[in-house]
Amino acid sequence: MKRLDALRAIYGQLDEVVVVTIMGAVAAELQSIGHRPNFFYLQHAMGLASSMGLGIALARPDRQVVVFDGDGSVLMNLGGLTTLARYRPANLVHVVFDNESLLSVGGFPTATSTGSDLAGIAAAAGIPRTGTVRTLDEFTAAFDAAMKARELSTLVAKVEAIGPSGYVTELALLENRFEFQKWLRRL
Amino acid sequence: MPVSTSSSRAIYEALKGGGIRLMSALPETWLVHLIRMAEEDPDMTLVRLAKEEEGVGISAGAHLAGMKSAMLMQNHGFLASINGIVSCAQLYRIPLLMLISYRGEFGERDPWQTEGGGVTEDLLRALRIPFVYLDHPDHVASRIRKAQTLAQSANKPVALLLCRDLMWEEPS
Repeated sequence: MKRLDALRAIYGQLDEVVVVTIMGAVAAELQSIGHRPNFFYLQHAMGLASSMGLGIALARPDRQVVVFDGDGSVLMNLGGLTTLARYRPANLVHVVFDNESLLSVGGFPTATSTGSDLAGIAAAAGIPRTGTVRTLDEFTAAFDAAMKARELSTLVAKVEAIGPSGYVTELALLENRFEFQKWLRRL
Repeated sequence: MPVSTSSSRAIYEALKGGGIRLMSALPETWLVHLIRMAEEDPDMTLVRLAKEEEGVGISAGAHLAGMKSAMLMQNHGFLASINGIVSCAQLYRIPLLMLISYRGEFGERDPWQTEGGGVTEDLLRALRIPFVYLDHPDHVASRIRKAQTLAQSANKPVALLLCRDLMWEEPS
């Protein structure tokens, strides 16, 4: 499964939900499909996208929040999974695109390439709904189910270690930040 | 435990008065009463962290969503949060209200706190984070209020250093 295809397959479901992504390929690919004011791309601070998602989910329990995370980022904040599990916001779906590598800095393999199981770690941390998917059909079905579940979910999607040719986009970081805040506070 | 209940109460009331509705925290001796007050307050969302840097992300998310928050941490937790402060809060102009217990300063008996105490202020200056001491109950409310005002107007992190003279009642 390609991450870009996975994002395309669920893009239509992201109209009205709060979306927070990590940096690198996830941010660039989602923008290539089409930026929206309800998308925030955390272009650094690896590991904190899930924490930002938690902060938004706790502050706005009336809004559905989706975080697009990655294996390298989750591995930098494994403790954050225990915090997510502790407060388990029902309005948060945590998707982890696992390409088993740090793609944007040269493709060096992460620990998931040698067997570390992020869905297993998330489940052991106490996240109520977890799973790993490997095909596009499995991904879209699992994402749909997670969005309907109204229960904290961590969905690990195994994807190919390929991405866009570059990571810098035309959207300025602060433009994204203030536009996103305005969108979030208008609701 | 000689952690000052009255000073903790003054700090807590000032934070509540400033509209803080979410606090992230990692337990530390000087913060025990503050954390308990947050836990017992139905109007406060207390987020207990595994590591302090998570609090930067949580406060950033809460801010963008329109909720005022504060971070309770030890200075060693501040040290552990620096990348998040720089590459989330400063990069994205997020106001953070950081209440940092200033361990390892004059009067410190725990040897393991002393190294972090010695670098705390230099690190705050290097990061250009405005900070002020909270070392007397009389100015707790006004300094917290002013710190919050600056954080909001500048869209930047600010720090309040919780000092021994305020937090610890044992005669030294």
